[in-house]
Amino acid sequence: MAPSANAPALPRGFELPLEPRLPRIGAIDAVALEARAGELAKRSIKKESKLAALELAVRMMDLTTLEGADTPGKVAALCSKAMRPDPSDRSIPPVAAVCVYPNLVAVAKAKLEGSTVKVASVATAFPSGQSPLDVKLADVRDAVEAGADEIDMVIDRGAFLSGRYAKVYDEIVQVKAACGDTHLKVILETGELGTYDNVRRASLLAMAAGADFIKTSTGKISPAATLPVTLCMLEAIRDVHDETGRIVGMKPAGGIRAAKQAIQYLCVLNETLGSTWMTPDLFRFGASSLLNDVLMQIRKQKTGAYQSGDYFTLD
Amino acid sequence: MADLEKTRPPAPVPLEWEYAPAPESREIVHFQERYGLFVGGEQIEPRSGEWYSTIAPASEEHLAEIAQAREEDVDLAVQSARDAFENGWSRLPGSERAKYIFRIARILLERSREFAVAESLNSGKPIRESRDVDVPIAAAHFFYYAGWADKLEYAFPNRRPHPLGVAGQIIPWNFPLLMLAWKIAPALACGNTVVLKPSHTTPLTALLFTDVCRQAGLPPGVVNIITGDGRTGAAMVRHPGIDKIAFTGSTGVGKDIQRAIAGTGKRLTLELGGKAANIVFDDCALDQAVEGIINGIYFNQGEVCCAGSRLLVQESIYEQVIAKLKRRMSTLRVGDPLDKNTDVGAINSREQLDRITELVESGREEGAEIFQTECTLPDRGFWFAPTVFTNVAQSYRIAQEEIFGPVLSVLTFRTPEEAVEKANNTAYGLSAGVWTEKGSRILWMAERLRAGVVWGNTFNRFDPASPFGGYKESGFGREGGRHGLEAYLRFE
Repeated sequence: MAPSANAPALPRGFELPLEPRLPRIGAIDAVALEARAGELAKRSIKKESKLAALELAVRMMDLTTLEGADTPGKVAALCSKAMRPDPSDRSIPPVAAVCVYPNLVAVAKAKLEGSTVKVASVATAFPSGQSPLDVKLADVRDAVEAGADEIDMVIDRGAFLSGRYAKVYDEIVQVKAACGDTHLKVILETGELGTYDNVRRASLLAMAAGADFIKTSTGKISPAATLPVTLCMLEAIRDVHDETGRIVGMKPAGGIRAAKQAIQYLCVLNETLGSTWMTPDLFRFGASSLLNDVLMQIRKQKTGAYQSGDYFTLD
Repeated sequence: MADLEKTRPPAPVPLEWEYAPAPESREIVHFQERYGLFVGGEQIEPRSGEWYSTIAPASEEHLAEIAQAREEDVDLAVQSARDAFENGWSRLPGSERAKYIFRIARILLERSREFAVAESLNSGKPIRESRDVDVPIAAAHFFYYAGWADKLEYAFPNRRPHPLGVAGQIIPWNFPLLMLAWKIAPALACGNTVVLKPSHTTPLTALLFTDVCRQAGLPPGVVNIITGDGRTGAAMVRHPGIDKIAFTGSTGVGKDIQRAIAGTGKRLTLELGGKAANIVFDDCALDQAVEGIINGIYFNQGEVCCAGSRLLVQESIYEQVIAKLKRRMSTLRVGDPLDKNTDVGAINSREQLDRITELVESGREEGAEIFQTECTLPDRGFWFAPTVFTNVAQSYRIAQEEIFGPVLSVLTFRTPEEAVEKANNTAYGLSAGVWTEKGSRILWMAERLRAGVVWGNTFNRFDPASPFGGYKESGFGREGGRHGLEAYLRFE
């Protein structure tokens, strides 16, 4: 992590920065943003560059299960998959993390002992965020105590959409404090924000309040992650880096099911933020069904033939 | 402490990701060894007996032998067009003409990959552009004007439109197929017949197009394609059998044409050079404006008459814009036009490359600050790295003359009035771009900018329904839209 990772980019006065060097909130032109994302989605990635991207996508994956029906058994199976995604190919690296509800953090932690796979826990009354602040903070503390390495919080969209930005900001600051050294990802739930202008505003606000990562979605709302929304957030990350030198990570989550999509996201990342960000430390995919398609494509690249889905474990 | 370090997993190394080559296959295109002139629905040998070689500017590889038409050949082509006009085409009901034009549009789309590859080979433009812009918009023009063919009376109520006769059309090398479509589609829809001369350096898609005409069953002589250099064009301009000249190209040649046909009664439309201002206000959507600047000047290597070659930035955001622009420029992928990931291809000809090089040299000498992206340019072929000049004064040649290459000149302004003043301070007036989040300001600017096209928060967008053309030295007459019909009609 960058040395100044915990320092808020904009300690105060986010709304009306008087100093010209502070990033202005700025505007997003939806048509042009979508056109640019569409252009990048047409990059043609072949051969060794495709294999490198797929391998990186595995290492960037936050393998996720966030269901009411989650059990210790289900999470344990997911953890096994996370550590060795393809039992028949030892060269496939483990994924970055598993992402679970706070109740299952301890199970995941025990199962992943000794591996490089981290445990991420959603918190702050996920997915709606519609609970009192002390409940949300307790949620965070519980997850941290249970051993979570990363906390995925949701912002208060009710407050954001009614213009109470300060409330959203303060909440993130307090969650960040409750996290301590634990890595904080801030979920904007872009599908509920309505405009790219709001996505940009929320991104800057989250980064100013101390987010280590900003994340698109809970996965419970459609649309979840899209290419233009991701581009919009990456541009905000770039502006914060330009202004303050601070490096913030990015996590698109939800709706990314195909290896082809994952490669498109990597093209957007590569051509917006450059190779510094091409690491699981700074970019993650939040997904559950993406992994098997990526594994299938890797095997296709290596052997030249597609395998049936039956040759990849469903966990 | 040392132990602690050991237990930590090593931080992953970021991936330096290089895209592997992704070339579009050339297999789909088969060029003849030699192309004659397309006159009266057939390929004929040129009476001149002269041939020249057309090449791929990215590799200087020979692609085909092309006929050099002279006076006698032009005469034959005009005769054939006149016969076709008198013997049926002009009297065909609009709905019948429309059928042929619709057919051409559909065949173009069916063969779009072939045309895209041929276009990129012969012009040097990236396949991404020929595939996503040139070919689809060319087809769209045929579709659009096919729709007008039987509605001309409604386009001009109470004015009884009639075709002009034989149209002589001379087109440039920057958008060979698209300019062909802009010229041929409205001419045919209005009931004219056509003698078209593609540019000396880029005749191949026009010659492939003759096959589309045959496939569509177009009556012989309605479209005639003759090839050659400036002498061929001059012979067309002088030919008494031509009723109308439509020219797209340089302002110098445009003036010569206008002089040559003065007093002959020939109709004329000219679409000439430009030096468009792309005006960026401080309240714009910054990253999208930077994309617009890039698209404005590096689209088709800047070989675009309406290219946004003068960037006017509001002084308060100057540094930010320049920093973002330079970074974005460094991600432009320059190289093989047939690679699907190429953003900037080859310059069309050595002659054009020399002109760009000369003007860039003058920019350096006059004291502008130059920035070029670091990219390895291929050894063979004609290449120029994306370039931006800062500290440019209005009086520099690079701020006044059309460069027609990937070279951007940056100037600043303080107020909207000053932006208008600087934008209009040019001999040209083809296009302009305005970047601001204020809708009212776009309209305010559009009223005052003396340019045929003003784009708001976008640049280099073309639609067949939208008229295109210039003010001042950028020419006269409009192409596209209902206005585009007028150039090919006379009224009672």
